[in-house]
Amino acid sequence: MANATLVTPGLRVMAEALSPEPPEPNYLNAERGLWSWLTTVDHKRIGVLYIISILFMFFLGGMAAIILRLELLTPERTIMSADTYNKAFTLHGAIMTFLVLVPSIPATLGNFVLPLMLGAKDVAFPRLNLASWYCYIVGAGVMMASLIYGGIDTGWTLYAPYSTETSGGVGLVLVGAFIVGFSSIFTGLNFIATIHKLRAPGLSWFKMPLFVWGMYATSLIQVLATPVLGITLLLLLMEKVLNVGVFDPALGGDPVLFQHFFWFYSHPVVYIMILPAMAIISEVIPVFSRKTIFGYKAIAYSSMAIAGVGFVVWGHHMFVSGQSSLAATVFSFITFLVAIPSGIKVFNWLATMYRGSITFEAPMLYAISFLLLFAIGGLTGLFLGSLAVDVHLHDTYFVVAHFHYVMMGGSLMAFIAGLHYWWPKMFGRMYSEKWAAIACALIFVGFNATFLTQFLMGSRGMPRRYYNYLEEFQPMHVFSTVGSWFVLAGFLVMLVYLIASLRKKRADAPDNPWGARTLDWETSSPPIAHNFHHTPAVTHGPYDFYPQERRI
Amino acid sequence: MNWLRSVMMPPSGSEYAGQVDDIYFLIFWISTVFFFLVAGLTAYFALKYRRRAGNDGPTPNITHHGGLEAAWTFLPVIPLMLIFVWGFHGFVDARVAPGNALEIKVVAKKWLWAFEYPNGVRAVNEIHVPAGRPIRMVMTSEDVIHSFFVPTFRVKQDVLPNRYTDLWFEANELGEHVLFCAEYCGKGHSDMIGKITVDTPADFDEWLETGGDLGKDLPPAEFGKILYRIRGCYTCHSLDGSVVEGPSFKGTFGTERKFKGGGTAVMDENYILESLMKPQAKVVVGYPSTMSTFQGLLKEREINALIAMIKELK
Repeated sequence: MANATLVTPGLRVMAEALSPEPPEPNYLNAERGLWSWLTTVDHKRIGVLYIISILFMFFLGGMAAIILRLELLTPERTIMSADTYNKAFTLHGAIMTFLVLVPSIPATLGNFVLPLMLGAKDVAFPRLNLASWYCYIVGAGVMMASLIYGGIDTGWTLYAPYSTETSGGVGLVLVGAFIVGFSSIFTGLNFIATIHKLRAPGLSWFKMPLFVWGMYATSLIQVLATPVLGITLLLLLMEKVLNVGVFDPALGGDPVLFQHFFWFYSHPVVYIMILPAMAIISEVIPVFSRKTIFGYKAIAYSSMAIAGVGFVVWGHHMFVSGQSSLAATVFSFITFLVAIPSGIKVFNWLATMYRGSITFEAPMLYAISFLLLFAIGGLTGLFLGSLAVDVHLHDTYFVVAHFHYVMMGGSLMAFIAGLHYWWPKMFGRMYSEKWAAIACALIFVGFNATFLTQFLMGSRGMPRRYYNYLEEFQPMHVFSTVGSWFVLAGFLVMLVYLIASLRKKRADAPDNPWGARTLDWETSSPPIAHNFHHTPAVTHGPYDFYPQERRI
Repeated sequence: MNWLRSVMMPPSGSEYAGQVDDIYFLIFWISTVFFFLVAGLTAYFALKYRRRAGNDGPTPNITHHGGLEAAWTFLPVIPLMLIFVWGFHGFVDARVAPGNALEIKVVAKKWLWAFEYPNGVRAVNEIHVPAGRPIRMVMTSEDVIHSFFVPTFRVKQDVLPNRYTDLWFEANELGEHVLFCAEYCGKGHSDMIGKITVDTPADFDEWLETGGDLGKDLPPAEFGKILYRIRGCYTCHSLDGSVVEGPSFKGTFGTERKFKGGGTAVMDENYILESLMKPQAKVVVGYPSTMSTFQGLLKEREINALIAMIKELK
């Protein structure tokens, strides 16, 4: 032990270099070269491929948002024409929903972590998993190719008959989104099969980490809802190319039918985005409170309830569309019911923190941001679910603010929490906690500055998708735009410290830096190519932080 | 709490608007309570149970609590149902127009609102309505979906190309109210703004008698400039030479215009008249054929005024 004090980091490097046994190769360096990545069937590598692709798309979508906010600094023209503005918000919306938020958590962290959590070597269908990534890349490429044809100005919602009649590359976006849909279906199918068939011995359904439950609920929606989007896009394409009248009244179609089809997918898609986010929060909060999760079964069942009820509320996007008043009433009623399982989860997370031993590393900071922002996002949903109030708020900035609180304050914050949580596992490197806290603060403050003002603009009557606006709204628009710069600064800081952590020469992350109890932390950081040397034995529950205590 | 109303809501222009605001603030206070409950507990637990000396050991193994869980599953149903029922009531009131309502036909198109009163008076973008009398808008669209939105009345309804939709309101505030298009409809979407002036019944009757006789005291070119705004010409044509959707009016009168599919003509009174009535007949090279006809929407005097304005733009 006397030597121990003499072992400086430099000597340790030398000792390792001279040691007869080189460190065991991990999934990152077991094979080398670009080709080994492009043909990999390792779920961890596919997860990393997805992270790179999705972060790139997030960068594009984010830049579009920053440009939009710049344009909105003044009424009339600031930096671009009305046409360019319309194309920019379409680009922002289409990228962020189809190419970032839908695949963000399942395809990246889900892919990486799910088999590890189950103690499996890989997902059930590794080749299908790779096919999913190629579908994403090809679909995203086709969608972006529409930019060559001048972009599209339909809004991401593609409402007919505007989308049928407008020029530009609408067809390419439809084909691209159709292909991307398959990447989502493949991931969903794969996860369902994996969860059913590849759990380690002893890992019964109610011993699975809640992340897995969230992924399961999400996968069901992906498999059941995405085909409807595919069909809708194909019908729209047929209408555009072959003049088959489905939605366009000029051809004998019905435009409200398009909205029904569209929201039948696009409302469940909100749950494809938020259920995985809740799943991550259900991991992070117990680990950083070092306390068993409160109400395990309630959280698991509420995920399934949200997935189910989420399918029958789509009409609340259409209270003023001309659908029947009776339908609107039923949809409003069910919408209030879906608030309950979300509320249950929030209270369960809070109860988990009660009497815990809480630390505030980056994942927990983002999880707490999620809690606060998602609470605002969820509660403002009550305004929009209420028929009379929604009539006033529909298609105003209130709606824009509401779904940004759910999508960005909820989904994206949780994605970032998860990214920071599993970053040491994925890359074997720790990042700077100090800079992570600074980035989180910048994003949190900037986000609220950007979108709280938009609630106010919306309730005061500022319609969305407006290039030009009344002068009374300018101070709030300026405030909102300045807020977006703080968000941008936060993400740039994050980019820098995450890249800095990757550039560290030596892996410095312990196998289990947060003291978590799920199986994903029982392998090395980064994991070996086959995840585990032996199929792990499940000897304790996912949240048994003190195994000496007896479980009930 | 009236100040809060004036901060969060546009001025109220009808009794119904007050009703919507009441529901809005019911939800506002319920959500404020819940938000501070969540945020307060988060902050309190984060502080009280942060890891520190004395709070570093095993945590209690609390897995669930039936009573508590039942409480937060079933108690929120009460405020939720309260919000639902009240919102439903307001909605029913807003959907069913009283039988004695004054009916105004509305045609929406890219990017203007055209109105027709029961006595045949027509107007574009700017209308007058009487206070204290229910007004029912029967609406349809000529092209894509638009949405009729008057924030001060808290009413909104999509306007569809294949059917009639309707909404009604009963204004009780005299003066001007803004009409927005709330459903995205393309380049001119944010300029598809109208004005609803609420008059006393006497003033309204007078306005209707004279057929909305706007600009009768103005020289034609000045009147033209007003029409240029309120008839929505400005969404596509500029006065300063800049290109919007269509060609600018500046310095065009008396010049030769080249058309799609060949052919030229000098821009004179007849050409302008034809372009207003049959816009697709001669489309200038380099511009899209998006303009729709103003047949029946402009009076003789108004056409003369627009021509006079264009003539003056050297």
